[in-house]
Amino acid sequence: MDRELFRQIKPARIFLALTVALGVLGAAATIAQMTFLSEVVSRVFMGDENLGRVEGLIFLLLAAIVVRAALVWAREVVGQRGAIQIKTKLRERLFSHLMRLGPTYTKNERTGELVSTAVEGIERLDAYFGRYMPQVLLSLLVPLMIFVYLVQVDWISALLLVGSAPVIPILMIAVGKHSERHIQRQWLALSRLSAYFLDTLQGLTTLKAFGRSRAESETVAKVGERFRKRTMKVLRYAFASGLVLEFMVSIAIALVAVELGVRLLRGDISFQPAFLILLLAPEFYRPLRELGTHRHAGMEGKAASGQIFEILNTPAPVSGGDAYPREIQNQLTIRLDSVRFSYPDGSRPALSGVSLDLPVGTTTALVGRSGAGKSTLANLLLRFLEPSEGDILANGLPIMGLPVENWREHVALVPQRPHLFYGTVLENIRLARPGATPEEVQRAAELAGADGFIRRLPEGYDTQIGERGARLSGGEAQRVAIARAFLKDAPLLVLDEPTSSLDPKSERLVRQAIERLSKGRTTLIIAHRLNTVYSADRIAVLEDGHLREVGTHEELLERSTLYAGLVNAPERVTT
Amino acid sequence: MRVLLRLLGFLGAHPWRAALAVLLGVATVASNVGLLALSAFLIAAAALKPELAALSVPIYLVRFFGVSRGFARYAERVVSHDVTFRLLRNLRIWFYERLEPLAPSRLLEHHSGDLLDRAVEDVDELQNVYLRIFSPILVAAFTVSATFAVFWVFSPLLAFVALGFLVAAGVGVPLLVDALARRTGRQQVELRAELSAQLVDSVQGVQDLLAFGAEKERRDRISEINRKLARAQRRMALIEGLQGSLNDLLSNLAMLVLLVLAIPLVSGGEIRGVYLAFLALVILGSFEAITPLGSAFQFLGRSLSAAGRLFEIADEEPQVRDPQNPAPVPERPGLEFRRVTFSYSNSGSKALDDVSFEIKAGSRVAVVGPSGSGKSTLARLALRFWDPDGGEVLLGGRDVREYAQEDLREKIGLVAQDTHIFNGTLRRNLLLARPEATQRELERAVEAARLGGLVESLPEGLDSWVGEQGLRISGGERQRLAVARALLKNAPILLLDEPTANLDTVTEQELLGSIREMVQDRTTLLITHRLVGMEGMDEILVLDKGRIVERGTHAELLRSSGLYRQMYDTQREMLAAA
Repeated sequence: MDRELFRQIKPARIFLALTVALGVLGAAATIAQMTFLSEVVSRVFMGDENLGRVEGLIFLLLAAIVVRAALVWAREVVGQRGAIQIKTKLRERLFSHLMRLGPTYTKNERTGELVSTAVEGIERLDAYFGRYMPQVLLSLLVPLMIFVYLVQVDWISALLLVGSAPVIPILMIAVGKHSERHIQRQWLALSRLSAYFLDTLQGLTTLKAFGRSRAESETVAKVGERFRKRTMKVLRYAFASGLVLEFMVSIAIALVAVELGVRLLRGDISFQPAFLILLLAPEFYRPLRELGTHRHAGMEGKAASGQIFEILNTPAPVSGGDAYPREIQNQLTIRLDSVRFSYPDGSRPALSGVSLDLPVGTTTALVGRSGAGKSTLANLLLRFLEPSEGDILANGLPIMGLPVENWREHVALVPQRPHLFYGTVLENIRLARPGATPEEVQRAAELAGADGFIRRLPEGYDTQIGERGARLSGGEAQRVAIARAFLKDAPLLVLDEPTSSLDPKSERLVRQAIERLSKGRTTLIIAHRLNTVYSADRIAVLEDGHLREVGTHEELLERSTLYAGLVNAPERVTT
Repeated sequence: MRVLLRLLGFLGAHPWRAALAVLLGVATVASNVGLLALSAFLIAAAALKPELAALSVPIYLVRFFGVSRGFARYAERVVSHDVTFRLLRNLRIWFYERLEPLAPSRLLEHHSGDLLDRAVEDVDELQNVYLRIFSPILVAAFTVSATFAVFWVFSPLLAFVALGFLVAAGVGVPLLVDALARRTGRQQVELRAELSAQLVDSVQGVQDLLAFGAEKERRDRISEINRKLARAQRRMALIEGLQGSLNDLLSNLAMLVLLVLAIPLVSGGEIRGVYLAFLALVILGSFEAITPLGSAFQFLGRSLSAAGRLFEIADEEPQVRDPQNPAPVPERPGLEFRRVTFSYSNSGSKALDDVSFEIKAGSRVAVVGPSGSGKSTLARLALRFWDPDGGEVLLGGRDVREYAQEDLREKIGLVAQDTHIFNGTLRRNLLLARPEATQRELERAVEAARLGGLVESLPEGLDSWVGEQGLRISGGERQRLAVARALLKNAPILLLDEPTANLDTVTEQELLGSIREMVQDRTTLLITHRLVGMEGMDEILVLDKGRIVERGTHAELLRSSGLYRQMYDTQREMLAAA
């Protein structure tokens, strides 16, 4: 996964290399600093020299200190810059890919989760790339550097340090493995317990209606206590690898110190090198300790990038078509030729061998129970999906050969639940044609029967709507979507009627607007209303992915019991 | 400051554990300082070549600190996390008990929809108060005092210089970084919120974006915010890098300055040379306690604003209160609305305007009307989630305000559209309605609510996990679960708020069958926009914009060709598709 990321984002490698280089330079400055320090102390203590005699060394020490601090700063800044670049690129790539995956993918995922992956998930990568990754390399390089330097000072101590070094990660991994298993076992229970509180608050009204809200306070306490006990059990294990690290490092330093003391007594070594070794011993272990503190961020980042790549590696349902956009005439005949489609997860095909003509300028109503394949068919026409077999032809030309954007220029969609974007009404209608003038937008709104209610909004066409703006009713949103379609003025129209009834007035206005819109266009309506099927030129009946019947209302009433069942059902309900 | 003191109050519950954790924190730092400084002293003393016996105490101490460091740190982490989770538990109980009387009226009217998510995040944020704020500050204070004392033994001048550097790094640097980062930090938060909002909007609207070829323009807009965010983050990296770098600089400078000051004292014979290395490592080691202070200040800022928001909610007055001497609720009451007027305090228009009707004990009334006509408000007032502005709601002939809320709600079974499905097993979700229900009663309710098929299809039956974290339940199944709960509760009054919304026509028919059995003999208020099963109602009220515009039986209303008739005709227009 790391490799994949670095292959994708080349400049990140340069930043990583630079960060590591700065870390290595920092370690060199530390070695210089400790050498000067040991020299100063040794000369004053053993050589009885005064301040004036060590002045030169003091200035060297000062220089090393300043350089080291500057390198610490530079390393952090460069590491972060690299991480920021990765995050920015990755976020753009993720968004583009989400757009390519289209509505059939996002419908099945939770929006909140997708967005938090794209925002917080990607943010979490900065600790991973900026700190953890360089630290992994540095925890190898820096101890090696210090070892090479110390070999020349005193090879016995250098060997003692280097001998202890591999034991630490091995022990940590051994302990970590054991605790990891334990943590995994507790994980589900813990995540359930921690989600419990929000769940209870969200259900407070329901609890109240059942008179359970006061009693629930006891459960809140009980669950809190259980959460504490379980978490502590997990943490006692999780902290164990930290214990191993601290314990081994401290013991090793103590051993080195005692060994040095004994050799000093015997006169095998002099004070300055002994003190230098003592000063560098903690520095030898420092990168390993830092790796320990960044490990958690590293794990989080790894988990986050797992989610990110899961999305990025989901194949887009539609290929791009060949590179040349083609002019299509402004009159469209659509032919579906034995179209089959199965969803990747479903075993049962959603459409099996559907052949259907949509002649120029006619309206075809599509009816059937839920799950019959109506939406799949609409998604295929808009190329949110591509047929597994068979062809869709526009004036005899397979639409799969066209670039997706090029094809969609010829289709207008009025979905069942149109989305209103945060922005003004004007911007929302203009989505269909960003260059349209306000007059053209208003004309489209008039045709859609939307002009009246828009003018009654507090700021007319400039009123903010969408999630963070004014709320429109279902019928009003429907008419904004119809206005979009008028503005787009495309030869093929795909309409998905709302399944539930609007209030009587909205119902009438929407019906009239749809009649105006579909006039002269090749239209497919997923119908839920009797009036729609009465006025359609032809009706196509779908059942379990098969096209059962095509004909007019009267014809089908005679021929098809399936169709009769569909249109009669409301009568049955009321009796 | 008042917020801070109130926060401290929460810590008061576990003073001894909290003190122990701080003590262990000090021991951790002290072990490290002791290990390094005494090692330095050991080799300096050894360099003077005394008898081995003279070194036995320092050798013993070095070994001791070598061992104690790891264990002190482990124990400190365990105890301080234990305190943290106790704190979290107490905060949750406290917040729940404060919120309970406010729901739902105060919450729905005064706050935005994400109030609860926000509050839960805020409570989680506050668990850091001990672990990341108070504990590090106390450990640092103890360590600084101890360092001061050690240097004081050698020279007061050295002691004050050491103190100066420690305070500069511990307080000065965080304040400096905070001041520099404030503007960029705020900008970053805003940009991230904007980015999230745009992404939510785009993901939810992806169908419309693609259909109208607007995805490129969208992508550009998001790239623009993304780039702005990157710019702010690059600025932030320059500032945040200072924290670590300045700490490093100050600790080494402190060592250097103390060395320069101590050398003349050594030369003058006031300090023995053997202590020089020791002193250098004491000051270097003691900075370990200073490092966490930088983040402690950041956490402090965040915790204070989180606490401020929570206290604001917790201090609100409940809108509905129990009476001093609650009256007993009759066994088989009727329900009456007498000239009730009501508006939500966050909206200008009246939700109910002079509404009067009576449901005699054991009879059935339906309220129909377009969405937004005020239908659901009737149920909310009957349950006393709100109190009316004018007029009164009577149950068994008494104003509902004379009963205790829990007694009142015990008599009412509710099937609501927004029924909450709790994270947990199906069984737990059902038992909510009547904790003492037997297995047989559960099964009967499940069967009657047409949930049998669902339960059978689940591998663990009634013990399957549902809700956000388990099997997600469809709108129709949620509806049927609500019916099952009402069946279990078996209360004399039934409020049915859109019981068949989100159901296909076949299931609607079946469920209406069970509901018909359930309403036998019960005082029933049916709120709906689906005109199905209206023939069985004793009276139907048509509500429009908060007023009753028509009333009568199904047959009467159909004849009068008003709003009811129009709604009925529109409905007959629908195909049986959903």
